Amino acid sequence: MAIFLTKDSKVIVQGMTGATGMKHTKLMLGDGTNIVGGVNPRKAGTSVDFDGTEVPVFGSVKEAMEKTGANVSVLFVPPAFSKAAVVEAIDAEIPLAVVITEGIAVHDSAAFWAYANEKGNKTRIIGPNCPGLITPGQSNAGIIPGDITKPGRIGLVSKSGTLTYQMMYELRDIGFSSAVGIGGDPVIGTTHIDALAAFEADPDTDLIVMIGEIGGDAEERAADFIRANVTKPVVGYVAGFTAPEGKTMGHAGAIVSGSSGTAQAKKEALEAAGVKVGKTPTETAKLAREILGA
Amino acid sequence: MDLFEYQARDLFAKHGVPVLAGEVIDTPEAAREATEKLGGKSVVKAQVKVGGRGKAGGVKLAGDADEAVARATDILGMDIKGHTVHKVMIAELSPEIEAEYYVSYLLDRTNRTFLAMASVQGGMDIEEVAEKTPEALAKVPVDSNSGVDIAKAREIVAQAKFPADVAEGVAEALVTLWETFVAEDALLVEVNPLVKTKDGRILALDGKVSLDENADFRQPEHEALEDKDAANPLEAAAKAKNLNYVKLDGEVGIIGNGAGLVMSTLDVVAYAGENHGDVKPANFLDIGGGASAEVMANGLEIILGDPDVKSVFVNVFGGITACDEVANGIVQALALLESKGEKVEKPLVVRLDGNNAELGRKILSDANHPLVQRVDTMDGAADKAAELAAAAK
Repeated sequence: MAIFLTKDSKVIVQGMTGATGMKHTKLMLGDGTNIVGGVNPRKAGTSVDFDGTEVPVFGSVKEAMEKTGANVSVLFVPPAFSKAAVVEAIDAEIPLAVVITEGIAVHDSAAFWAYANEKGNKTRIIGPNCPGLITPGQSNAGIIPGDITKPGRIGLVSKSGTLTYQMMYELRDIGFSSAVGIGGDPVIGTTHIDALAAFEADPDTDLIVMIGEIGGDAEERAADFIRANVTKPVVGYVAGFTAPEGKTMGHAGAIVSGSSGTAQAKKEALEAAGVKVGKTPTETAKLAREILGA
Repeated sequence: MDLFEYQARDLFAKHGVPVLAGEVIDTPEAAREATEKLGGKSVVKAQVKVGGRGKAGGVKLAGDADEAVARATDILGMDIKGHTVHKVMIAELSPEIEAEYYVSYLLDRTNRTFLAMASVQGGMDIEEVAEKTPEALAKVPVDSNSGVDIAKAREIVAQAKFPADVAEGVAEALVTLWETFVAEDALLVEVNPLVKTKDGRILALDGKVSLDENADFRQPEHEALEDKDAANPLEAAAKAKNLNYVKLDGEVGIIGNGAGLVMSTLDVVAYAGENHGDVKPANFLDIGGGASAEVMANGLEIILGDPDVKSVFVNVFGGITACDEVANGIVQALALLESKGEKVEKPLVVRLDGNNAELGRKILSDANHPLVQRVDTMDGAADKAAELAAAAK
């Protein structure tokens, strides 16, 4: 088991034929991902050869699903066209859409999120501005390097891509059930809470590592959720203690506004919910090791 | 990007939000013509991106053109909470005010939707209203796809309990304000105060607008709204090179890949600084996943050009881009800077981990650059960089 993504997932790539899409489709295939198609209306009917694996290109998400049974879409679509691409995925009712794209306007992400709600949330959205998710040894939907670690019993959810990699690397000898990068934008689909709930229910996850950063109140709400609903041990890390007020730190959502969204408040909320919070990524990994006795 | 009041006023006017006439100037003498155009009287308003300018003496009435010049002379160059006044707005005098209200639209991150906020207690700090009399601040969720039409605007007005005689006027203003919010890809549009005048008009007397820079691709006019004078010269230089850089006030220059890792690096350096003369990070700089030699050189150039920087910490986790490529990038970047005649005199601490880390470390060791030190853990490297900065302080 794992969360959201397994070896049985059939993955399509929206924006596969662009440079980024091509590069990462090749890498995902190398990690064993079952990629069943790409989507590009202008190249429908053609196929792309990835070192001997022929991947067909379809005209729409709907067509790709009908012809291949695809249930996951990974989007490498430029920001200007992302809203239309996500809306297409929602209309096709694909169960999971992973939006890698960075730089989507907030009015667009708010619009596709509202649209997903309106359509009954049949499509789980991960991202935007995220590295996607990986279930080591089974499938990789996004840009997380597939060779950092192996299958294991830690579940990881993070707003940040490189901190995801760092933490997977720190704990590479133990391994991960799944690692989910939920993205650093102000409006994202899947939240810490969604991933925490899924890891809590996943029999193959023994411990959850949760990585947050400044901005918004997602970590505080996750802390409330953990207190009420999570029985498995959770180890946390929050980045951005030294970030000044009012400055966006790389991620569009990483901003302290007035007194809200600070790393200190998030750390305190998590600790109050019984989460052990590390001062640095390395210390956080150490806390996880201590709990697992590994 | 936060705008000045006059820029907000211009956007409001463009989308039909009722505003008074106003013109921005940057020399005292220009206040004369601007005031004469308004019929000989004006309000001289400091343009700073901070609240409380009225109390600080940054807003003055002028009874004639001479007085406007005098007030503009006083206000231009004034310091308001650390912000120097470079521009003033010469605004039309408001008709007598009967009541002050508050209205805004903003992103509600928690609920992943937009929010209308409205209150009949305007003219003061809205955070104070929210805290002291939360019942006086109506918060109404707005669906991104259905937006605010006149019916939705009436709902907001009703929830905020606006008096019947202004309800329709405020609702109309709310519709035009929503148009501003959407058409300009704003993250915040706020009118405070929205006033009712004795002669029965509804007017936006002061406003704040914050724009989403991710929408710049479809908002070509927004570039001109950027306050290029105020930008830190290092931040401006970084932006010109498409680097994600924020100037901070410490001594350890930071380069890393990925926003989260760089934020974390700042924290780890600040902790290390507690043991080394209280040195702090000098900047945030995310060179992204690629970390090519050229981008690395651009980043190093910015950081080495910062006189506050005493040491540099390059913290890279090799993901898709392997560490050997990154190490070559660093070596080439230093050579590139030196070939351009730039003196690289500050010590660099490099930590490489992840994909092909061993290979990358070997490249750095073989290059044997006198200023480059390799430390292979993030915490250890931060400690070394802090120590070097403290020694050079």
